[in-house]
Order: sequence, then structure tokens, then C-alpha cells
Amino acid sequence: MNRSTSRTWWKTAIGVLLTAIMLFPVYWMLNVSLTRDQDMRKSPPDLLPLNGTLAGYRTVLGEQLPYLATSLVIGLGTVALTVALAAPAGYALAKLRPRGGGVLGFLFLVAQMIPGIIMAMGFYAIYLQLGLLQSVPGLIVADSTLAVPFAVLIFTAFMSGIPRELLQAAQMDGAGPWRTFRAIVLPMSRNAVVTVSLFAFLWSWSDFVFASTLVNGGAHEPITLGIYHYIGNNNQEWNAIMATAVVASLPAAVILVLAQRYVAAGVTAGAVKD
Amino acid sequence: MKQTAHPPDHRPARTPTGTAAAAAPAPARAATPRRPASQQWAAWAFLTPVTLYLVLFYAYPLYRNLDLSLRDYTVRSFVQGNAPFTGLENYGKILDDPTFAPALLHTVVFTAVCLVFQYAIGLALAVFFHQHFRLSATLRALFLVPWLLPLIVSASTWSWMLNSDSGIVNALMGTVGVDPVNWLTSPSWSLTSVIIANIWIGVPFNLVVLHSGLQSIPAGLYEAAALDGANAWQRFWRITFPLLRPVSAITLLLGLVYTLKVFDIIWIMTKGGPADSSTTFATWSYQLGFGNLLPAFGPGAAVGNLLVVAALVFGLVYIRVQRKQALS
Repeated sequence: MNRSTSRTWWKTAIGVLLTAIMLFPVYWMLNVSLTRDQDMRKSPPDLLPLNGTLAGYRTVLGEQLPYLATSLVIGLGTVALTVALAAPAGYALAKLRPRGGGVLGFLFLVAQMIPGIIMAMGFYAIYLQLGLLQSVPGLIVADSTLAVPFAVLIFTAFMSGIPRELLQAAQMDGAGPWRTFRAIVLPMSRNAVVTVSLFAFLWSWSDFVFASTLVNGGAHEPITLGIYHYIGNNNQEWNAIMATAVVASLPAAVILVLAQRYVAAGVTAGAVKD
Repeated sequence: MKQTAHPPDHRPARTPTGTAAAAAPAPARAATPRRPASQQWAAWAFLTPVTLYLVLFYAYPLYRNLDLSLRDYTVRSFVQGNAPFTGLENYGKILDDPTFAPALLHTVVFTAVCLVFQYAIGLALAVFFHQHFRLSATLRALFLVPWLLPLIVSASTWSWMLNSDSGIVNALMGTVGVDPVNWLTSPSWSLTSVIIANIWIGVPFNLVVLHSGLQSIPAGLYEAAALDGANAWQRFWRITFPLLRPVSAITLLLGLVYTLKVFDIIWIMTKGGPADSSTTFATWSYQLGFGNLLPAFGPGAAVGNLLVVAALVFGLVYIRVQRKQALS
């Protein structure tokens, strides 16, 4: 007994050490965000923000808030569009099994393999003609392409687990497919909706490729471009750059803390069968 | 990444019809009657929005990209849409371009090295965290942080850490007596720098997926092996590794598809430079299309289409492997 507890104690210690090494860059981002300008070029750098300053964060609040607001709008728009398109599709593919549904499912798998940079070029050509460049709705549509195939496949996998008897009972009671979907399938798929929404939000919040090709220089730019411009125009104030990075990471941190199991489920859902 | 969408298995939706119809006896088949025509209509009513979406926002951009690569575009003809058709000329141009050979080499090296390290580190960590000890699950969850961060955040953090004069990496190397390296500004180190950052980002995905694969290996096998006197290394090499092979194959193939299209990290850290020393097909395509004052959309699209072909080839291999595993 004594021997086995001491053995796991060591494993915990090694685990903490490995995690600390892995997360060091994250700590470093925090540390630099709190470092004073005059200490920034010190060699070797201070390992702890002992003379910490919040100047970087003051700069963020002064300059980056509009970018953050734009990202929030784009993220929520992407979530709404993704769920609205993918949930009915998942239901149809899982439960109604139309002819040709298999091909469609296959196309969604393939769609995820297409590099974003290629999609961006196609979107650029189309948006240029339609006058949609530098528009928030245009970016929402483009960002949704990151999440829609993933979402359809998650919904399909999840909804195929809903017992057929439940749907048949609804049918007996006279509910049509739309009512069945609204009243039974959708409420039962809450976990899938949460997983899909988390990833749709995170991916659109993190998107750089579409932002830098489709809305660069526009009135409404997301936070990824905010940071990018900030580095480009100013490579001295690294505390402000890192403070912006910390703030831009907050959604990821919040989501990980609040919804860790959904995140882990989403990561594995695709790669492995069960 | 985030080239990091993870195609879930749509097998659960498919197998019930396939296997049930084939394997179950006749009475069972009667229990699942043929779908009535009205249900077909309803199904396609649910699928119409997403099908239109697929056509408008996947197929059409891809078609436009193909069209771009087959025409001679200038800025003016791009707006007016009257660029002359030149066939495969753009493809010939990029093959003759002095950037082609290095971009190909860097793409192959970047993808291969990232894959090997991400997988090896991910597997080692998965095996470690598969053991039971306090905080194991919490620490494993923390490992997801690098994967969840926006790439611009990771890339700029690594840029500063690898800064030649004030970066923490050179400072740490200095304490053990290693000379500082110009990570991002020297042509011989820039590719290594972006590889290091990308490995860091990819490890969590490998860890989580391989860990879930480990959980499906029956514990009884390890107990039996331990009774037979197998040591830890033998248990790993004779049980864990072979039984994990299907999951490993899927993980590596997905990693391959996603690493092939990595763009953000390289662009933000080095812009493919200095002097093309960290250019891959993804950054070269962007550089041609958007990186200059005078965009070369045709050649840019041509490079991009080569990348699409490569991604699709490996993507189809992935789908085949996953189907085969679903059947077995």
C-alpha cells in the first residue's frame, strides 16, 4: 500500500513537470504581457513579472476592443449559421436515410480536406465580383466553411444514437418530420449542439486566413487581424502584443474550463470510432 | 488548422442499414419497412439548405480557383472578368519557378518532421497519462491549451520566445553554454523554428486521440503479460503498439492532411523567409495571390490546386482506411 502510493506520487510529480514544460509558452505569454517596456530587452529576461505592469492591458483596452467586438459578432454568427445548416442535415442523414445520403456524407468528409488557403482564394474571386469583400456577413459565411462539414458529421453520428422507437411514437401521435425534429431530436441532441457550437465559435474566433484575405483593411476586422497589424506596425511593445494575445486566448481558456469534456469529445469524435 | 477540423466517423449512420439488412433474418427486416416516398421528400427537404451551401460555398469557390489557375489574370482583368484562357500555362510557370523545388522540399520536410515528432511525443504522453495517478485527467485536459489557442497567438508567442536578442530560448541555451541562434532570421534555422512551433501545437491532438485509443485495449491483456513476466517495454512493444495500429494509422493520416495545409504559423512567424527558406506550397500560394502589390492570382491558384490534389489523395486514403476499420 505504502509502496504504491509513493509510486503514484512520483507519477503525479512527473505529470505536473511535463504539463509545465508543455504550457511554458502560455506562461511566457502571460509573463511578457506583464513586463515593463524597459525590461523587455533585458538579457537574460526576467522569469517572473516581479516589476509587473498592466500597461500592456491598458493598451489592449484602448485599442483592441473594437476588434474583439467584431470577433464576437462573427463567432456568434458562425455558430448560428453552422447549427442551422448542420442540425437538420444530421437528422436527415441519420434518421431519414435518403437515397444519395451516403454520397453527401462522403462529400463532407472530403470537404474537410481542402486547404483553407485555397478556399480563401476562391472566396476572394467571388466576393470581389459580388462586392462582399470587407463585409462581416461575408466573413461569417467563409468562416462557417471551417465548421459545417465537421458539424454535419457530428450531428449525424450523434442523432443516429437516438432510439428509433421515440421517433416512431411521435409519428404515431401525428407529428410530421419537422415537428419530430423540433420537439424531440433537437432537444435530445443538446450535447452535439454544444460541441458543434464550441468548435464553430473557436475556429471562427481563431481564423486568420479568411480574415486576412477577405476583410483586410475593412471597417470591421477581427482580433486575429488586430494582433497581426499590431505586430506589423510595432515590434517594440511586446507587452501590449502579448496582452492582446492573452485577451484573444480567453475564449479558449473559458471554453476549456467550462466544457472540457465536450472539447475532448470533439477532438476524438472524428479520428477514432468509439 | 485551424486546420484542425476532425472528420468524425459517419459510419454509425450507415452500418445499421448495411449490416442489419445483410445479417438479420427475414422477420427483422420486416421490422424496418422500406422508407415511404414521403419520407424521401422530407429527408431532402432537410438536406436542401446544406446541399445548396455545399454547391455555393465549396464547389463554386473550388471551381473559381480552378478557373483562376487556367487563365492569365491581371488586376484589371480580375475585376472585369475577361482574362484570356491560357490552359496549363500557369502550371508550367510554377514548375519552372526557382521557388518550386525548395517549396516542395520544405513542404515534404515540414510535414514529415512534424508528423514524426507529434506522433512520437503524443504517444509517449498518452501512454504516460494512461496510468492511474492523482491529477492525471486534469493535467491531460491542460495539454489541450496549445491546440485551442488561436494560431496567431501561438505564432506570435513563439516569435518572441525565439527572438535572437531577447528571446527566452536563446537565454536558456546561454545558461548551458550554447551559442545563441538566429532562429527566425537565418535561412538555415527558419524552417526548424516553424517546425518546433507546429509540433507544439499538434502534440495535444495526437495525445488525446491516442489516449482514447489506449482505453479500448483490454486491461486483461496487460495482466496476462505481467503474469508471464513481461516488462514495461515488452508490454508496450508487444501489446500497446500493435493493438494501437489502427488508431495510429488514422491519427497519422489526419495529421498528414492537416500538416500539409499549415499556413498561419509559417506566415506569421517568418512569411516563408528569409529568402524562401521556410516557404511551403501553402505559403507560396498565399504569397503569389495576396503577398505582393501585384498579385499573381493565376500561378497562386495553380500552386493551391496542387495542394488540393495532394490533400485529396491522402484524404481518400484516410477515408478508405477508416471504412476498412469500420467493417472489420
